[in-house]
Order: sequence, then structure tokens, then C-alpha cells
Amino acid sequence: MNRTTLITLKTLTWIACLWPFALLVYEFVTNTLGPDPTANITLTTGYNTLLLLILSLAITPLRLLSPRLSWLIKFRRLLGLFAFFYASLHLATYIALYMNFDLSVFKTDITKRRFIIAGFLAYTLLVPLAATSTTWAIRKLGGKRWNQLHKLVYFAAISGIVHYWWQVKPGVKSPMNLTIGLFVLLAARPIFKYVQKRIAHRPVTV
Amino acid sequence: MLIRKPSDIPSSEITPYENYKEYFTRRRFLRNALAGTAAVGAAITGANRLADVFDPSISALADTKLQTVKSPLSVTGEPLTSLQDVTHYNNYYEFGPRKNEPSENTGTLPTRPWTVKIEGKVKQPKTLDIDALLKLRPLEERVYRLRCVEAWSMVIPWIGYSLSELIKECDPLPSAKYVQFLSYYDPKVEKWASEASFYSAYSEGLRMDEAMHPLTLLTIGLYGDVLPNQNGAPIRIVVPWKYGFKSAKSIVAIRFVDKQPPTTWNQMGPSEYGFYSNVNPNVDHPRWSQKTERRIGLPLFQQRRTTLMFNGYADQVASMYNGMDLKKNY
Repeated sequence: MNRTTLITLKTLTWIACLWPFALLVYEFVTNTLGPDPTANITLTTGYNTLLLLILSLAITPLRLLSPRLSWLIKFRRLLGLFAFFYASLHLATYIALYMNFDLSVFKTDITKRRFIIAGFLAYTLLVPLAATSTTWAIRKLGGKRWNQLHKLVYFAAISGIVHYWWQVKPGVKSPMNLTIGLFVLLAARPIFKYVQKRIAHRPVTV
Repeated sequence: MLIRKPSDIPSSEITPYENYKEYFTRRRFLRNALAGTAAVGAAITGANRLADVFDPSISALADTKLQTVKSPLSVTGEPLTSLQDVTHYNNYYEFGPRKNEPSENTGTLPTRPWTVKIEGKVKQPKTLDIDALLKLRPLEERVYRLRCVEAWSMVIPWIGYSLSELIKECDPLPSAKYVQFLSYYDPKVEKWASEASFYSAYSEGLRMDEAMHPLTLLTIGLYGDVLPNQNGAPIRIVVPWKYGFKSAKSIVAIRFVDKQPPTTWNQMGPSEYGFYSNVNPNVDHPRWSQKTERRIGLPLFQQRRTTLMFNGYADQVASMYNGMDLKKNY
């Protein structure tokens, strides 16, 4: 891939990733966040966290599909960091608008409410990943250890989806699409790897 | 691409209140033009509004505005939630799980002809026509707080009369201890019902004394007009001291029973939604605190407010629960 294409695609990715945030800012400034601004911000930031996290998890299976897609790796960190960006906004919304900066509220929530526990766990798991996202950190840790550490993203994504299911009312199926997406991407890894192994070990016929 | 929850209608597209009323009037006029010549006649001749209401041959719908008397039971000193928000931020799961969906999807709800069955432990079961129900008692405007179990709230000027007035007409037997309300149910019209795991008619219920309490409103309108479909047209119940889901919409049957009736959300999540479901800041929902609420329509940092015991109606209703453990009977 040449430099111009890469820069163009990266720019487009930035715009797409920032779009929901820009809309929220615009709606805040113009006072058009809707009937329930608090709920709107919470849902938008939470949904986009999970969406970006799942998109970042799509890159490896796509690369396994074809070596011609290997350039996609250049976008994984960007998607992951934007997922962390929305997760941080989501957490900030909780602290400011639900907890109201009252630590005793958090204490009750983190001990009593399982959806808060799952959500907080997901965020906690993302922190070391965001912290070690720089090229310097990769070098410092070494590729192998870095890779091992970043396996945490699977647990973060699963906790995030569980957090969503536990938040909605019983019977409501709105987290279904994201759940199917995550499931397919997690299942694709071992399947693709297995198939590739079979191909690699196929005896050469003359 | 990022898929975002569809944003709210830009303010530029919101029909101003005056035009909105006019639009509804026009729609209603068209509907009535098909429904009955009496209504057409009244609309064309511009008959006196008061006369319309008291003339039994003319549906109350023929008028642009329902004639109401103010009620001393109204909340005072709290600004009303806008008509736009009251009609575009709804929980009506049979018509879609998102708050904006009922306003888009309830157009197919057939509100005429409409009857309400009175059944169960009554002297004489009967079927009442909606137009008879509208005229049973003078209509009152009652401004009530509405507190949703999801921790948001509104202030709404409902129109109706006390349910007790209807119950008196129904001659319930002494064995009737509870009243069950059944909502309209047709999965062909309510295509979203299965999405919310609703596989039978929405059911709600009250204890007899709760149903007979003057605050319990048999509701047929809001903001001076008949109920918009998404708010539970043509007839619903409003119980202001209980979480919103207790106030069943689009009622087709009122059943008097001797045992506590099964209720929809209680069956879906018994630990989350009790039969009583009185607004109570001291009893948390398992997933969130009920100590505070978000008032709909206020700016981001002004939404949060303290939730009041029995939603502020403690003086009128608390005595019904004397001696009851409200933590157990949530």
C-alpha cells in the first residue's frame, strides 16, 4: 500500500471514529441531546466502545483470510485506542452524572450491582492495554510478552458484552448484534488457524 | 462505519405546538369524517364546543379540545414536561424497544372501534364501548408526576376521571380483592412484541383499595387532547405513586379477581419488578439506586433530582400500606 492511500484511509478512520463524539459535543452545545441527555451520552459512548473493540478484534481474522489484507494491522491500534477513548468517556459519564462524584455511591454499586462490576472490570482490563500501546512499550516488553498481555482484550470485550446484557431489562435483546459479532470473531481465530495448519501440512503431490 | 443510535429530531423539524395541534385536529377531522357524519356535521358547522361534549350523538373526539375541569389533585409548582417529550420518549415495548420507536410505530394501533370488557367477579359482566366510557363522568385535567422504574421522570397533564367511578358502575362482588388490566395484544400489529419477549397481552394489577383510590386515574387524554397512540390510546390507567409500568396502556379488559393477578414485568424479572412497585427511594432496583431520578427535558447537568417517597404522594397513599414491609413488598 502506498503512502497516500494509507494517509487517506487513516484520516477517514479518524473521522469515522470521532464522528459520534463530535455529534455529542454538537448536541451538547446546541442543547439537542434529546429528552434524556444523560441516557443518550451513556448509551452512545458505551455502544461505540463495544463496537470499536469488536472492530479491532476483526483485524486478525481478516488477515488470516488473506495475506493481501495484512496492511489492516496498521489500523488495529487506532481502533483499540478509540475504544478506550469512548470507554473513558463512558466511565466519566457514570462518575459525573450517575455517581455524582460521591464515593459512597460507587462503593454500593461496585459491591452490589453485577453490571457495574462487569463494566468496571472491562475498563480495568483495557487500561494496561492502552498504556502499552506505544511502539516504545512494545519494544520494551518484547513482542511475545506484549502479545500475551494484549490477550486481555478478549476478556475486556466479553466483560463489556456481559455488562451490556446485565444492564438491559430481562427479555430485551438489544445487545444481540454486538454479541453475535464478538462470538463470530472469537470463533474465527481457532477455525482459521486450524484450516491454515491443514493447508500447510498438506503433502505435496507431484 | 460507526452506527449510532438515531439522533433525536433536530429542533428545526419539530412542529411548533400550535401547528402540532392543528395537524392533530386535521387528522382527527379526517378520521371522524370517515367514522361518523355527526362529527363531520359538527366540524363543518363549527358547532359550539360545549354543546358537542354534552350532545350524546357526537363523539367527544369531534372536538379539537377536550372539555375538562381542573382537579385539586394536580401537582403544582413543577414545570410540565413538553408535549414533544411526553409523546416521543415512551416505553411501549410492543411497538419497539427504543424510546423513540413507539411514536413511529403505533400508527397502526386500531383505536376505533374499541371496547373494554368488564369481567370476573362482578354482578354482571359487560362490554363497554369507548365512547360510552368517555362520557361516563366529567373529564378532569390532572397534572401528575410520572416516575419510571428506569429512574427518569416527567410531569404530565393527564385527562380522565377516577377509576373508582367506573368500578362503582361495575358492581364488583365482595370476593373481588384485586383488579387486573389487560392491554391490547395482536402480534400482527405489535410486530416488536417478540423482540421484547412479550408473548401475551400486557397484564397489570392493583389491590382493590389501590384501584379505588381517587388518585388512580382512568385516563383518556393528555395536554387537552385524546391520548396519542404511543401514550396508550384510547384508554389507560395512571397510578402516579407507582413506577410507570404499573400504569397499563391501551386497555381492553378490566378483570376483577380474588387473587393477586400475574403481571407482565413481574413475570419477566421477579427480583426487579414487584407487584406493588410503589415509588420508594429506600428500596434499590437490583441494578441501580432509586434514590434519585433524571427529569426528562432538562439540560444535562440539571436533570438529577431526589426521588420522593410514593413519588411525592405519601400524604394521600401511605396509609394503605400501614404495617406492610415495603422492602419485602417492593
